[in-house]
Amino acid sequence: MTASVFFGCTFIAFGPAIALFLFTIARDPLRVIFLIAGAFFWLCSLLLSSLVWFITVQISNKESSSQQKGLLIFGVVLSVLLQETCRFGYYKLLKKANEGLLMLSAEETMPISIRQLAYVSGLGFGFMSGAFSMVNILADSVGPGTIGIHGDSQHYFLSSAFMTMAIVLLHMFWGVVFFDSCEKQHWWSLAVVVISHLLVSCLTFQNPQYVGSLVPTYIIVFLLGLWAFFCSGGSLRNLKLCLTCKDKDFLLANHRPR
Amino acid sequence: EAAYGQEMNIQFSDVSCNSVAQKIYVELNNTVPCVRLLNATHQIGCQSSISGDTGVIHVLESEADLEWPLSKGPNPPYMVLLESSLFTKSIMMKMKNASSRVAGVVVVQKTSPPEFSPHTTCPNENTGVYTETYDHNLAHCNTTVWNPRGNGLSYEEFDSPVFSLKEDNETEVIKQCYFDHNRVVNGSGLQYPLCAMQLFSHMHAVTDTATCMRRSSMDFSTSPVMVCDPLGGYNVCAFIRPYNSTAFGHKENESVVIAAARLDSRAFFLEDSTGAEGSVSGFVTLLAAAQALREATQEAPPTRNILFAFFHGEVFDYIGSSRMVYDMKNNMFVIDLDNVHSILEIGQVAVRSGTNLFLHSDPVSRRNNTVHDEVGVKCFYLWHASLTDFSQPLPPSSFQRLLRARAIPGIVLADHQTDINNRYYESFYDNAAHLNLTYPSNLSPEEQLEFVTDTAKSLTEVATAVARALFKQAGGNNSQVNKINADPKTVTQMLYGFLVRSNNSWFQAVMAPELKDILQPNPPQYYVGVAKSSHQANALTYLVQYLLANLTGTATNLTQSQCKKPDELPNESTYLYSYLWVQGVVPPNSTQRESFCVRTAVRLVKAVSPAFDLGDYISKEYSTWTKSQWKFIKARIFLVASRDLEMLTLGVGVAVLFTSLLVTYFVRTKADVLFSSVREPNNAAY
Repeated sequence: MTASVFFGCTFIAFGPAIALFLFTIARDPLRVIFLIAGAFFWLCSLLLSSLVWFITVQISNKESSSQQKGLLIFGVVLSVLLQETCRFGYYKLLKKANEGLLMLSAEETMPISIRQLAYVSGLGFGFMSGAFSMVNILADSVGPGTIGIHGDSQHYFLSSAFMTMAIVLLHMFWGVVFFDSCEKQHWWSLAVVVISHLLVSCLTFQNPQYVGSLVPTYIIVFLLGLWAFFCSGGSLRNLKLCLTCKDKDFLLANHRPR
Repeated sequence: EAAYGQEMNIQFSDVSCNSVAQKIYVELNNTVPCVRLLNATHQIGCQSSISGDTGVIHVLESEADLEWPLSKGPNPPYMVLLESSLFTKSIMMKMKNASSRVAGVVVVQKTSPPEFSPHTTCPNENTGVYTETYDHNLAHCNTTVWNPRGNGLSYEEFDSPVFSLKEDNETEVIKQCYFDHNRVVNGSGLQYPLCAMQLFSHMHAVTDTATCMRRSSMDFSTSPVMVCDPLGGYNVCAFIRPYNSTAFGHKENESVVIAAARLDSRAFFLEDSTGAEGSVSGFVTLLAAAQALREATQEAPPTRNILFAFFHGEVFDYIGSSRMVYDMKNNMFVIDLDNVHSILEIGQVAVRSGTNLFLHSDPVSRRNNTVHDEVGVKCFYLWHASLTDFSQPLPPSSFQRLLRARAIPGIVLADHQTDINNRYYESFYDNAAHLNLTYPSNLSPEEQLEFVTDTAKSLTEVATAVARALFKQAGGNNSQVNKINADPKTVTQMLYGFLVRSNNSWFQAVMAPELKDILQPNPPQYYVGVAKSSHQANALTYLVQYLLANLTGTATNLTQSQCKKPDELPNESTYLYSYLWVQGVVPPNSTQRESFCVRTAVRLVKAVSPAFDLGDYISKEYSTWTKSQWKFIKARIFLVASRDLEMLTLGVGVAVLFTSLLVTYFVRTKADVLFSSVREPNNAAY
């Protein structure tokens, strides 16, 4: 397809991520650093899982398609587990780093809270994951042709873009929920995060029935978004206050002298 | 291209392991493009834009169907796919004039039309001997139009790419894609996505030879980039009594009869040049005559020497013969024009009606009595061929270039009395089928090689007549003449090798071991190709060289290392002979070939137009043909989506971006309130 499809798909896939970066992260250099470090950790998990994938593909039987399919499922599950492991590893690293930073800095309070770190690292994971999912497809969307000459569905580019947007948002929500449950030692919610990640990844096996994979994914996005909202201190009352523009009164009323 | 080893261009083959690209594009591998050639005044051929030309595929069913791509079709530009029977000048010119709606043309080779010649009606009219000064009445084919069927398509200039495909699996894929997506249903509009094709054949050179040569030399870097390359190759020459190859210029008391034939041919798509009647008939006959003369000239050498000259590049304004004449005039050849006694040239001789052969001569030079008498003598030696009308000029032939330099007596032997019999002159239909070269269906390839066809018998007769006439012309003993006979088996094997399959056992036996890869399961290429700076010739030149060596040379007992350096031996001399190590046959009970060393007088003489040595790129005297260089040539098909869907995607993307920017801004400004439920007293950083 052409430049219009290229830009359309880029904006769909990375629109929310760009907006979040511009408005919440770009001003604060510390957040930028942690974002990039988060992206790097995701990259490490990808490196490990691709190494395992490469080795298993080489030793497998390339002719047998059922074996290849099984190998693909194994690869996806392994990659998800490795990503979550790296997220846990990043959490541990950040805890240690925060203590160290606190000792070094002159202020009494931590320069960045663990909740913000959760959000930033989740977004970092999302950026890198989205980039790896989407960049190859974007490069091919610039050419004059579209998918379909071998009978595949024409909507490949669009659905890939929407899927990538979902993944980016999901990684952000997972980051928040994951760090929160690690703080509070709620291991069952940790398991829910991992299971939902597995579920979303396995939903993509439904492709090319794009409706079958995109709709449940967006439902999960919505649910996880709600959960992350509540985890990070939101509530229905606050939301109503904001939306009906009564927030100024609330702030004045809650203003406490220090 | 790269497999033929002809060109110096680098071909980039786009091997991508990207599976997304594989789902979008189907690459077409067996395509033959039409490329750009330039001469002193024009550029001819085809050109695409630098990023390729894309068009919706339309399969043309008849000439009336042309309205759809030219005016009625709603999704221009179109890529028109037509069968070879529709590849006519009128259709091509209509498409050329509508270049905004026609992005390119693809020709599928199927059945041959009854007649088709893309060459001009008067071939090489400006570089032959018949100029305004030589004879005003005979110039520009005023009296005889040699190629009346010629439509000049090969010499037109096209702004859009034109490719040729064979009828094979790839073409089936294209037609299937067209029938699935592009057929109009009951007059209603076409449903997107549509099947489209993209052709890349961007040529670097423009305007004419002088411009592209100037641009090539303007680059002052250490490795100059050539934009175009001169056409040329090698002539194959053999004397029956060889001279010292380092002594150039006039040879005292030596008189030489030249027996000439043309090697090359062309077609609209240069890589598809066949040339069965146009060139193969002539040079195969001459090769057979050379073999027939071997015994007689070795037993009783005639008084005059005979030079067998096979000229290359004659189609493009007589490159080979003009070079030889130039070398002779400037003392760069072993003999000069004073040594030439007469010339007998073999033109197109395979499409004979009955047993007729005709002798063509030049009326202007015959006004001189000595020349007239000599020609009469020659005609007498070829007594069973008929003379053409005395006032008729020569057909296009290498002899014309010699006449331009000096009035030498000579004859051109041909199967046509006035205009040529070749209905497919310089086109890709001039192949084995045109010569009725048919073999019984139950023969294996090796049996086909040995089978003597009628065409071979007919050419053998011509070769015998030519050999005897040459022998008598060279002053040979009359009593020996009847022993001179051409061998029909050799002729039929040569016809098989040159027109059906060059990879056969006989050609394998006569070739050198390092050259055996040029033998392919199809006939060789007859297009002269680009003159290379290294001493490499194209497949056809090597085949003729080694065949002539085999047919006129002698086998020696030298070993392979001796064959490389024969000067160390007492009786061998590389000044007179060239020594070639050839593969030899495989004996029945073994797998090793019996290779041996052939001592032969055959030499390859460089055949590049003198215009490039002189630096005169606007020369009217010599050939100035060059071929453009290019980076890559490829073709691919894919589906295209409608503009509406693309704009929709862009719109959705922009909407998503704006919405997310707005929402994020809103959330950020209200963040204090939104995330306030778990506010801790000493935590103030949000």
